[in-house]
Amino acid sequence: MHVFPYVVAYVGIAVFAIAVLARFRMWSRMPLHLRWELYPVAHEGKRAHYGGSYLEESDWWKKPREMSLLAELKAMIPEIVFLVALREHNPRLWTRSFPFHFGLYLVAACTVLMMGTGLLAALAPSIMVGHVASLLRYAMLFSGVGGLVLGILGAIGLLHRRLSTPELRNFAAPADIFNLLFFVVTFGLAFATFLFVDRDFAVVPLFVQNLVTFNPVALPGSGMSAFLPTISAILMATLVAYIPLTHMSHFVGKYFAYHAIRWNDAPNLRGSKEEGPIGELLSRPVTWSAPHIRGDGKRTWAEAATEKMTK
Amino acid sequence: MKQPASLNDISRGEGPLAIVELRDQVPLPPPFDELDEEPPIRPLTEKARESFVVLDDTIAVGIPKPRGKEEEERLVNAFLSGLRKCFSDKDNWPFLQPLVMSMEHCAKCHTCSEACQVYEESGHNELYRPTFRSEVLRRIYFKYVKGSSPWVHGDIDLNWKTVARLIELSFRCTLCRRCAQTCPIGVDNALLAREIRKIASQEMNITAKELHKDGSVLQLTVGSSTGMNSIVVKDNVEFIDEDTTEKTGIQVKTPWDKEGADILLIHNAGEIMSWPENPGAFALLFNAAGLNWTLSSELAAYDGVNYGVWYDDVQFARVAIRHAQAAKKLGVKKIVIGECGHGHKALTVTADKLLTGDLNIPRESCFPVLLDIVKSGKIKFDKSRNDFPVTLHDPCNYVRLMGVVSPQREIIKEIVPEHRFREMSPCGVHNYCCGGGSGFAIMSGHNFADWRHHMTGRRKFRQVLEAFKDEPMDREHPKYVCTPCSNCKGQIRDILTYYDAWEKAGIYYGGLVELIVNAMVDAKPGYIDWEWH
Repeated sequence: MHVFPYVVAYVGIAVFAIAVLARFRMWSRMPLHLRWELYPVAHEGKRAHYGGSYLEESDWWKKPREMSLLAELKAMIPEIVFLVALREHNPRLWTRSFPFHFGLYLVAACTVLMMGTGLLAALAPSIMVGHVASLLRYAMLFSGVGGLVLGILGAIGLLHRRLSTPELRNFAAPADIFNLLFFVVTFGLAFATFLFVDRDFAVVPLFVQNLVTFNPVALPGSGMSAFLPTISAILMATLVAYIPLTHMSHFVGKYFAYHAIRWNDAPNLRGSKEEGPIGELLSRPVTWSAPHIRGDGKRTWAEAATEKMTK
Repeated sequence: MKQPASLNDISRGEGPLAIVELRDQVPLPPPFDELDEEPPIRPLTEKARESFVVLDDTIAVGIPKPRGKEEEERLVNAFLSGLRKCFSDKDNWPFLQPLVMSMEHCAKCHTCSEACQVYEESGHNELYRPTFRSEVLRRIYFKYVKGSSPWVHGDIDLNWKTVARLIELSFRCTLCRRCAQTCPIGVDNALLAREIRKIASQEMNITAKELHKDGSVLQLTVGSSTGMNSIVVKDNVEFIDEDTTEKTGIQVKTPWDKEGADILLIHNAGEIMSWPENPGAFALLFNAAGLNWTLSSELAAYDGVNYGVWYDDVQFARVAIRHAQAAKKLGVKKIVIGECGHGHKALTVTADKLLTGDLNIPRESCFPVLLDIVKSGKIKFDKSRNDFPVTLHDPCNYVRLMGVVSPQREIIKEIVPEHRFREMSPCGVHNYCCGGGSGFAIMSGHNFADWRHHMTGRRKFRQVLEAFKDEPMDREHPKYVCTPCSNCKGQIRDILTYYDAWEKAGIYYGGLVELIVNAMVDAKPGYIDWEWH
């Protein structure tokens, strides 16, 4: 039975990876769409601060485009880390959503640290001594425990707001409530594991080390001291698998929402590489039924769009 | 105030789901701050309520109530059929990715709500919350198209009322996309409103007649949504040339169909009909600057409007291609779009991934061109001729949606005394829609104009009053709302008329080129005549 949490963890990581990759694949393989940008566009360099674009120049197509990756990063990083848009436009929700998200980041960082430390401990144990080991241990402890506390507080705050605010409750599906509860329970059990079983933070890192070194041995302890880490690992792995299967996969979609839609102001100049795909898209059949289109599945977009219209 | 208690109310009951009364609204700034003195929101007539689907207390589309079960089912099935096509990479490649993004990732946090002027001005009526229609659409899609469990995405009943009301509700959004700016995830409720309109138009043949029958169809068959054919438009422009010559003392002649010209200028034909001083000013400035330009008398090419951007991809493509074909025929080097916001966006940005090969002719906004003219030194300007308070309206279509923010301000700096210009708040890409966006400016059926003035235009009027708050509010102190977009101009004219703002507060409106010519040293003074029309 001791192998079971390891199996669930492997499956959880695999589902997460496959689902995230599938999401990336889905978004990146979608057909070229008509431009639908929204200003300010961060990479517009010196114009970005007021929302200007290269279209402010006369004969813009003859001039080199000034694009700033640095400006994009300056917009993206605070948005990802601190949820700047939410803080600006919905500060009451931000006080709950920020700790929730930041808690997730910290828990993720702790997990990555545990994996890295576990590998190092297995492959180069001589490194994992003295100050390095202490530093890593404190980093894991701080990010792990801090992340769990913030995540629990944030999720409870979000749950409370969603249930106590009529206009939010009106829009909530049962799954929205379940998702937040899932976080509260999973993070709560992980925190309980730390608090009651693993105060010196040894068992969970050991589990992760065993995981990354493919050494699924039984965890030390018995009774509650074995049950809590085991159930916690199972729930955490299930949560990891569950997230990308839901609308919470917006951490993948958001990249495309900004780069493929909101900030996608790349012009299609004559002879550009985009003209080919556009030609292919215009040759696709139309089936829209309204009489001014009469899409029969044979007429193409190009034919429908160039048809002479009669009253 | 009457408002829906839940999303599912859209599928139930006979009467309006929402009614906004004057007392629900926040008073305007002085001298319009007495709610009792405001024109009332006239209720929908009983006859209209009996004949058409009732959503709230107005009608924009006017969907007749189905006669019997068969018609009801046909309405629902046609909607579902269109909804399925919206997720097909053949039928809806133009907007598939933005659509899926907005359908899948909404966290239902309502962060966008406060950004919506309709929701705000309605006194926070739930029906006008930008997520209301999106969530109804989302639930229909997941439950009835994808077959997902309502446990995951929420439940909704689907019947003819749901469909018909949802289509009406898609015409309670100006598509300004201010809500999308605030979404932390990138969800775009305006896009979803447009997709609903699209399903109705492209699959169900249901849409606002002002946009389709009297709009894009007229433009593609007669030549202009104004109804002008090429003979009439040329006649009208000839009169405009004569008037402009007389008014300014400078000979003005508009070139037509000049092959090999550098620039094809495309106006919103509404300017020619309603604000002739605008195309007159363009002609005067382009000639004085020595530009090699022309208008085209080809079908649809003398009217820059493209109502398809608001409701129908095919109609949009047809008009954009007509514009490009006219430019190709004349062999011009570029197309310049006049003071028409949605015309800017349609041809410059939205059509960018549509026009290829020899139809891919460079297209640009008139404002950088006008800035070059103003800064070229070829024309002398006297700022003191514009010595009156000026504020600037930012049309959503080329400001928030194209990033053309600065040129018009730089022009104003050159032609208006610095202390006379005041920005609205907020301005630039964070502006509010004039209230006429997405076709509303030309829609006035039933009592829709009342709804528009109170729910959409009111926020812009509020901004105008706030911009001029330090000025004496009377007719003796004229003030100018610079409105460089034809549809916005129509809406601002309507709202100023509705509140009698010229008579009561001396608030006037007009375009940017009129303000430029008004400051031209070589022209007779007084191009802006301050006569209400």
